[in-house]
Amino acid sequence: MNNIFIYCEIEEGLVAEVSLELLTKGRSLANQLNCKLEAIAIGSGLEKIPDQVFPYGVDVVHVADDKRLTNYLTLPHAAIVIGIFRKEEPQIGLFGASSVGRDLAPRVASAMKCGLTADCTQLEIGDHYEKRTETEYKNLLYQIRPAFGGNIIATIINPETKPQLATVREGVMKKEILSVSHKGKVKTVALNEYLNSTDFAVEVIERHMEQRKVNIKAAPIVVAGGYGVGSKENFDLLFELANLLGGEVGASRAAVDAGFVDHERQVGQTGITVRPKLYIACGISGQIQHRAGMEESAMIISINNDPHAPIHNIADYAIVGEVSDVIPKMIRYYKKNSK
Amino acid sequence: MKSLKIIVLAKQVPDTRNVGKDAMKADGTVNRGALAAIFNPEDLNALEQALRIKDKHPNSEVVILTMGPGRAAEIIREAIYRGADRGYLLTDRKFAGSDTLATSYALSMAIRKMEPYALVIAGRQAIDGDTAQVGPQVAEKLNLPQVTYVEEIQNITETEIVIKRRLERGVEIVKSTLPLLITVHNSAPACRPRNAKRLMKFKHAQTVTEMQNSSEDYIGLQNDRPYLRIEEWSVDDVKADDTWLGLAGSPTKVKKIDNVVFKAKESKVLSGDNGDVEWLVKELIANSTIG
Repeated sequence: MNNIFIYCEIEEGLVAEVSLELLTKGRSLANQLNCKLEAIAIGSGLEKIPDQVFPYGVDVVHVADDKRLTNYLTLPHAAIVIGIFRKEEPQIGLFGASSVGRDLAPRVASAMKCGLTADCTQLEIGDHYEKRTETEYKNLLYQIRPAFGGNIIATIINPETKPQLATVREGVMKKEILSVSHKGKVKTVALNEYLNSTDFAVEVIERHMEQRKVNIKAAPIVVAGGYGVGSKENFDLLFELANLLGGEVGASRAAVDAGFVDHERQVGQTGITVRPKLYIACGISGQIQHRAGMEESAMIISINNDPHAPIHNIADYAIVGEVSDVIPKMIRYYKKNSK
Repeated sequence: MKSLKIIVLAKQVPDTRNVGKDAMKADGTVNRGALAAIFNPEDLNALEQALRIKDKHPNSEVVILTMGPGRAAEIIREAIYRGADRGYLLTDRKFAGSDTLATSYALSMAIRKMEPYALVIAGRQAIDGDTAQVGPQVAEKLNLPQVTYVEEIQNITETEIVIKRRLERGVEIVKSTLPLLITVHNSAPACRPRNAKRLMKFKHAQTVTEMQNSSEDYIGLQNDRPYLRIEEWSVDDVKADDTWLGLAGSPTKVKKIDNVVFKAKESKVLSGDNGDVEWLVKELIANSTIG
């Protein structure tokens, strides 16, 4: 009762990166609240899961292992998570803000009649005093996220309902092993208690999953472009510089929406969060959603022709100039000066 | 094939993607009232999917449902110009302050009133919140299966549908029974433009409230042309329970709003001149940032 639950996404028999990050965050919240950390894993062939998650500080892992659960399907996963939540009454439940978590978490929240905040960029524990009813609430989950197109930062709470649910994007929280020797308990989920034949109304006929083509998260240098880059052709300059420096190309949402680059390169609240040693922001204005995905970079260079662009304020080096002019110069001088 | 009723959920949203100078207040915060109200982009992708079903099965019916203030009737007209058959505006002061849970409850009660239907289609998410929660929550309230991130409806019969989903790293083809709720991704085809003939025919489509405020010339128009009426539903019309609506029915509360203020770092400002750029590149090589 009253523990923290993390829904673990499974990719080929292992827990996905985003869920490991949430286990790490869940562990630190559990320590603060003095409660246990529990994980839910649903799929087939899950033998490796317990040993994979225990080092992150998991006290109990609920395993639902069944052939019918090989592919992610909304209804069976929802039925199992809702069933476990009703029985165990968690105070907090966290999901990855992936195409799985964003499909599943709202369904669970609706059934539990509880609150859910999408795409949180911070989670904290805090109190709340409700003036209207003169009620003091202790140890609530502060679900913090940019809102309204990134123009405000909202702190959301669910004072009256449990569990308090939130989704978080991959890369937002840091993944960290608590102790390789930490051990927890395995609980096998009694599927018959939760599943009905009607839960299999949707059937996967075909599935083509691509390997991650680009790995911006792991790149030491990210050259990112915004709407100000102006065109797909100008983005080629960014690719040239990134290749030269051994980095990857990232983009702001505006550049992705404009069709300059693929969505998988999007950095920011609704994209990827990166922490490279160098981030070169080209033609990016620096809205808060984009900053949420890159401001922890060790060094930031901004290139923008608007001297008042907010991105310049968080840059170590702010270059006021045209992207199409500055990038070729960087390429030229790098070639000239590197050994 | 018999007629399929398709309900499209749409939302009128402030255009948060285009916050122009006019929308900024002197203190640097956004004046929300100054943002243009637009048809939520992915809801247009949703409408197009519905219209494509109607293209193939012309006796299908595309009904648009939106919840919002009176002015949200604008997007119902817009949908009708583009091909929707008719629309319903769910509007009531009691809906104010609803979070996604309360909103999905209200929408689900309105959808119940339209039974039987084959398909409910919504955009994946609205740009003013980006939560992607209302679709799945409506499905749960109606006890319907759901398919999210839809890119294409490949086939639909009276009882079954085959759908292509666009996921973060791949595609999935799924088959489902009907009725079903789907949410459409922005990789799906864009919505067709307004049809000039429909624009002429439905120019004066109005809700009761709009009708009462319009000039006398138009008052009698809906008597002769009942297709010009946009239905307006209140909490009572859809038999919704007040306790699940508005602020009272919303478990999420906003504790705090911080306006985004850009905190300046100690930046070194450079020009794009040859000298400055070469100096910076040398500096980065010298401190091993690049090598």
